[in-house]
Amino acid sequence: MKALEVQGLDKSFGGLRVTSRVDLAVERGERRLIIGPNGAGKTTLFNLITGELKADRGAIRLFERDITRIPSRRRAHLGLARTYQIITLFPGETLLRNVMLSLLGLSPLRWNPMARLDRQTALLDGARSALARVGLEHLADRPLAQTAYGERRRAEIAMALAQQPKVLLLDEPFAGLSIDERRDVQELLAAIPREVTIVMIEHDMDVALDFAERITVLHFGEIVVEGSRAEVVAHPRTKEIYLGE
Amino acid sequence: MKRLALAIGLVVLATVPFWIGNSYYTNIAAQILLYAVFALGLNVLVGYAGLVSLGHAGLFGIAAYAGALLINAGAGHFAAILGALGVTLVAAAAFAVLSLRGTGLGFVMITVALGQIVWGIAYRWISLTNGDNGVSIATRPAPFGLSLATAPGFYWASLVVFLVSLGAIAVFAASPFGASLRGTRDQPRRMNALGYHVWMIRFLAFLFSGLWSGVAGMLFLYYNQFVSPQVVALTSSAEVLLMVISGGTGTLLGPIAGAALVVIMKNVASGYIERWNFVLGAIFVAIVIFLPEGLVPGSLRFWRWATARLRRRNTRPATAIAPAPQPKERA
Repeated sequence: MKALEVQGLDKSFGGLRVTSRVDLAVERGERRLIIGPNGAGKTTLFNLITGELKADRGAIRLFERDITRIPSRRRAHLGLARTYQIITLFPGETLLRNVMLSLLGLSPLRWNPMARLDRQTALLDGARSALARVGLEHLADRPLAQTAYGERRRAEIAMALAQQPKVLLLDEPFAGLSIDERRDVQELLAAIPREVTIVMIEHDMDVALDFAERITVLHFGEIVVEGSRAEVVAHPRTKEIYLGE
Repeated sequence: MKRLALAIGLVVLATVPFWIGNSYYTNIAAQILLYAVFALGLNVLVGYAGLVSLGHAGLFGIAAYAGALLINAGAGHFAAILGALGVTLVAAAAFAVLSLRGTGLGFVMITVALGQIVWGIAYRWISLTNGDNGVSIATRPAPFGLSLATAPGFYWASLVVFLVSLGAIAVFAASPFGASLRGTRDQPRRMNALGYHVWMIRFLAFLFSGLWSGVAGMLFLYYNQFVSPQVVALTSSAEVLLMVISGGTGTLLGPIAGAALVVIMKNVASGYIERWNFVLGAIFVAIVIFLPEGLVPGSLRFWRWATARLRRRNTRPATAIAPAPQPKERA
């Protein structure tokens, strides 16, 4: 069964075509890597899939359900979660509060104006265990503003994982990380169970190559190559795009 | 410690008419409370939702006008209060639907325009609002047989309303919905992707904010027993916004401090200085320069800094006169 299916997706900003006839089919449990140089339209594709941008044409299906016209916030409730390339956490709150907000987004409790948020034990426990999964439980009560960049990257992933998504979109989770931090994140991603389908964008091919079974190369909004790791690496178009030959 | 401070604060507030002992100043204390309710209500939007409204005097005035017209049409006080708050909520919903089409400056401009429409109606729809002459009401209510006609009576009634509003907003701010609202202020896009209905959260916050503005408007009506277009003018909206900003947005005590500052300057300082507006302006400028986060959070920061400094001196008395110790190198 296809976890995520994209068909004939088009998106233009004015005269600039950023997504052009993109077809993508990701199997359930698959690890898919989308690579491409800067400006290839990778993040735009994510924004279209999550509904933060509206496609001009084409269809998006999540577990064979057409979500093209479903608003972005409902897609989260259907099991779609994402992280951002540019970290978008809540700067004034603690790490624990950040993850709690993520959990609260899927809970009917979010409309409750009378309860005490810091007495919601189910939310607190859920947030703590999500932080533990990314190795940040010891920093739970630290304000986000006082954490390091690498820790924020992991907090981003914790927020997405906390929602127990069926399909997880990772937008350059390694961006700006040191080699040690990259290894931590790699291990963390490898530990995510196979029920979760993962699509990852990466700018730098070397970092994420081990992660994926199938790789899609995006260039100027179009899919140029798609296939297994070996196929894509050996493909002349990949070399052309990456080495400018 | 916190409970003790709360208890002392309550006793001090409840006994204000006794230790002031003068109906002029007791009335000013009541005014502070009613503007504090107004500022607390506006702060729900400005502080927690990050939406700056410059039209809230419109909602405040709509409540006061609706209450006055209902009373003059023969409604009882209880019915008039309920009716006025109902009208205010409907108006707040209309304000919200129109102004939430934008955020940031767009939101501000639409609220200004809406406030000006209310002002235009108050000023020009003479058959309804009596234009520039305003609307008077004959009496204040007497709930449970307690007269509010005297200054202390009205003060205590205002205090009860103030405490209820403060409690309600404190509970709101600590609730999951309050956290959702602050989330939409900081990262609206992220909140949407996390599954929150950002527009609806803002809309409900607007209603909540409008409700307390309406409650304050009713207090204002009973305090003055009179309402005129001046109440809904742009300057009134700006005044309450300045209370919120000068006191500290997004805090519980900030709007109260801001309300106290403005009301005291208006009523007390104007007795000594003719150009009291100039003094108020100078105070605002000083706040913006020295305590940009507002009176309450700014003073807290200053207090922490001062106590930390004092502690450092006490632990090293020998070097107290020596130059301040250099900050330690961070590893």
